[in-house]
Amino acid sequence: MHKLISFAPDYIRYIIKGGIKFYAWMGFLAILSAFSLYGFYLQNTEGLIVTGITSQIHDGLYFANLVFLVGVAAGAVTIVFPAYIHHHKAMHEVTVLGEMLAMTAVIMVMLFVFSHMGRPERLWHMIPYLGIYNFPNSMLAWDVLVLNVYLLLNLVCGFYFLYVKYSGGKINKNFFMPLVYISIVWALSIHTVTAFLISTLPARPMWFHSMMPIRFILTAFAAGPCLIILVFLIIRKNTKMWIQDDAINLLSLIITWCLGMALFLTMSEIVVELYARTEHANGLYYLMFGLHGLTKLVPWFWGSLIAMLTAFAMLLIPGIRTNYKLLPIACVLGFGGIWVEKGMGLVVPGFIPTPIGEVTEYYPSMVEVMMSIGNWGIGFLILTVLLKGAIGILLGEVKYGGSKAEKSNDVASGGKAAAYEAR
Amino acid sequence: MTHNKIPADHSTELPSKCQVQPEPEDPSEVNSRRDFLKTGAASLLGAAALMTQSDDAQANIEWAEHFQGNYRLMTDQEKVEARARLEKRYSEEYGKAVTVDGTPAKEGVLLGYALNIRKCIGCRRCVKACVAENNQSRGPDAGQRIEWIQVMKMARGEFTKDKMADGYPESQGIQYPEGLGIQVGGNAYSPAGVVLEGEYFYEPEAVPEKDATYMPLACMHCEKPPCVKVCPVRTTYREPDGIVVIDYNWCIGCRMCMSACPYWARRFNVTTPVLPKAEMNPKTHYLGNRPRMRGVVEKCTWCIQRNRIGRYPACVEVCPVGARKFGNLLDPESEVSLILARKNVFRLKAELNTFPKFFYFFD
Ligand code: SF4
Ligand code: SF4
Repeated sequence: MHKLISFAPDYIRYIIKGGIKFYAWMGFLAILSAFSLYGFYLQNTEGLIVTGITSQIHDGLYFANLVFLVGVAAGAVTIVFPAYIHHHKAMHEVTVLGEMLAMTAVIMVMLFVFSHMGRPERLWHMIPYLGIYNFPNSMLAWDVLVLNVYLLLNLVCGFYFLYVKYSGGKINKNFFMPLVYISIVWALSIHTVTAFLISTLPARPMWFHSMMPIRFILTAFAAGPCLIILVFLIIRKNTKMWIQDDAINLLSLIITWCLGMALFLTMSEIVVELYARTEHANGLYYLMFGLHGLTKLVPWFWGSLIAMLTAFAMLLIPGIRTNYKLLPIACVLGFGGIWVEKGMGLVVPGFIPTPIGEVTEYYPSMVEVMMSIGNWGIGFLILTVLLKGAIGILLGEVKYGGSKAEKSNDVASGGKAAAYEAR
Repeated sequence: MTHNKIPADHSTELPSKCQVQPEPEDPSEVNSRRDFLKTGAASLLGAAALMTQSDDAQANIEWAEHFQGNYRLMTDQEKVEARARLEKRYSEEYGKAVTVDGTPAKEGVLLGYALNIRKCIGCRRCVKACVAENNQSRGPDAGQRIEWIQVMKMARGEFTKDKMADGYPESQGIQYPEGLGIQVGGNAYSPAGVVLEGEYFYEPEAVPEKDATYMPLACMHCEKPPCVKVCPVRTTYREPDGIVVIDYNWCIGCRMCMSACPYWARRFNVTTPVLPKAEMNPKTHYLGNRPRMRGVVEKCTWCIQRNRIGRYPACVEVCPVGARKFGNLLDPESEVSLILARKNVFRLKAELNTFPKFFYFFD
C-alpha cells in the first residue's frame, strides 16, 4: 500500500523536473493551449459563427481532426500487437509508450469533440440515467462508448505496467494479459465505429460505402506509426532511453504496407466512382477537380496524394527505410498526407454538394485554426508528460524507495525494459 | 424578485413515471436511481443559485433550464413548469405576452402533406410566411438567416438545342451556367449535376417565370427518420401524430442529424438567432416555434403550434394557388387521403426508405 501512495508523488516529482529545453518546450505548448481556451470562450459566447461552418457544411476542421486522431489512437496497436502476439522483443520494451500515445490521442479526440459541439455544456445529456443515451441506435453513442473504454483500457494497462515496474514487483499475467488482448481488439473497434459514424449515412453518398472501415484502419496503421517513429527518434536523441532499431524497422515496414493498401483503396474508389460518374461521385469529383468552378480542396487532394505516394515510394526502398536521417521525412510526408486525406479531404467533400444539390465551399476560420493548433498543443503537452514519466520508470530513474538514488540508473529495472546508456 | 425559488422547486422531484418502453430491470430501481441522480443535479443547481446570490429572475430561469430533463420524459408537472419558465423569460425578453403551448398529439391522427408540383408558381410566399410564423433568425449575416422551406427554381427546357453545350467543362471554352444552375444529363462529358440542383434564393419580378419550374422542399417528416436514429441523446424524436420534433433545450449541437437528413431539412444556429421584438410571433409551442438559442438545430414542424389546435400550417394558408394540402392520413375522407388515393403521387428520394409523409402530386 505504501508503494501505491508513494507512486504518485515520485512520478509527479520526476515529471516536473527538467532542463531548460524541457521547460521551454512545455512553456511553448502551454501558450498554444491558451489559444485553445480563448477559441473555446469565443465559440461559447458568440457561437460557432466564429468558425467557417454553415448549415450546408456543418462539420469541418474539428471533425476532421477528430476522425484522424481516433486513427492515431488505434495506431498504437501496431506496437502492442507485435509485442504481445508475436513476442517481438524490441517492441515489448516500448509497449507502454504506445499506450501513452493512445491515451493522449483519445484525450485529444475529446478536446475536438468539445470544440465541435454547439452546446458543450450539455454533454451531461449523454450520461445514462442523468440524461439519455441513445444506445444502440446512435452510432455516435457507440463511438463515445468505445472511445471511453479504450481510454480506460490503456490507462489501466499502461499505469498498471508502470506501477509494477516502479515497485519492482511482478506482473500478474492473469489480470494483465486479458486486458492487453481486449485492448488490441478494441483498438480496431474504435476506428471501425468511427468509420461507421459517417459511412452509415445514405444521405451522404461520398461516405456511404462499406470500404470506409478498412480504409480507416489502414490509414490509421500508417499514420499512427509515422508519429510513433518520429516520437521514438526524438526519444532516442533526447533521453537516455534507447529504442532498438528492430522496433523502428518493424514499424516502418507496417507503415509501408498499410500505406500501400490504403493507396490501393483510394485508387479503387476513384476508378469505381469516376468510371460511372454518377451524381453520387460529385463529392469526389469536387475533391479531385472542383465542381462548378469551386476548387478550394483540389490542391489539398493532389498535395496529399503526392505526399503519400512519395512516402510509399521512399519506404519501399530498404536503404531509405533503415536510414534514420531519411526515414523521418517519409514519416512526416505520410502523416501529413493522411491527415489531409482522411481529415479535410474526407469530411468536407461529404457535404458538397448538399443533399439538395447546393454547391458551397468551406474553409476554416482563424478561430478554428487557432483552436485546432491549441488542441494539438494540449495533446503534445499531455504526451510529453506521459512519455517522460513512462521513460523515467522504464529507465529505473523513478522507483520505489529510489528517490534518493536517482542518479545511479544505468541498470535495467526488472528484466525486460532494458535501458541502454545514451550514446 | 420572486423567482429565486425555481431551482429548488425543480428539485422537489415529483414521482416520475417511466414513460419510455418498459425497461428490463426492475423499474422502481431504475426510477429511484434516476431520481437520485436528478436530485443530485438539482441540488447542485440549488447550491450554484445560492452562490451567485443573484436577484435576477432571468438568470435563475436560465439556470433552471440548464438542468431540466428531456421534454418527452418529463412528468406533466415538469412540463408545465418548464413551459411557465420559458413564458416568463420570453415575455420579458420580447416585451409582450408570449405563450408556450404544450398541446399533445391527438389519438388517431397521422399527419401528412401533399404538394401539387404543377401548381406551384414559385412565389416563395410560403418561405416568408414560414419565417414570420416560426420565429426564425433573420439577421444581416448569412449565418443569421434561416429558412426552413426552399423553393428550388429549376430551368425549364434544359434539353433544348441551345442548351446542349451547357455543362461542358470550362476548359473546353464553354461557361458554366450562371449560379448553380441545373446540369442534368446532357452529354457524356458534362459534370452531370444532382437532379435537384437549383436556386432557392431568387427574387423574381413576376412569377411564374417563363423558363422555370419549381420544386418546394422542407422537412419531410419521415416515418423512418434517419435524423432520429442518429441523435445520440434523443433530442429529436417522432411524436405520436407523426411530426418529427426537436427539444431545443436538450440538443447538444453535435449535428449528426444534419449529416443524416437526406433532404437538407435541418438548420444549425451558428449564433444567437436575430429575432426583432416587433416581429416575434408570441403564440408558440414548446416543440415548435418558440425562440431558439445558439448552438442548436431546428427545422420545420408543420407548424405544430397551429396544427395541434386544428389550424393549417402557415405555408398551407398562404399559398395563393392552393398547391399545398395538409391533413390526417388516417382519415380516408381527408383531403390528403383523397389526393393519395386519386392523384399521381411520388415521394422524393423514395429509394432511401425514409418513408416521407410529404408527398408530391400532379393532376
Ligand atoms: S426530412 Fe430530414 S429532418 Fe425531416 S424527418 Fe426526414 S430525415 Fe428528419
Ligand atoms: S444536433 Fe441536436 S438534434 Fe441533432 S443529433 Fe445532435 S443532439 Fe440530436
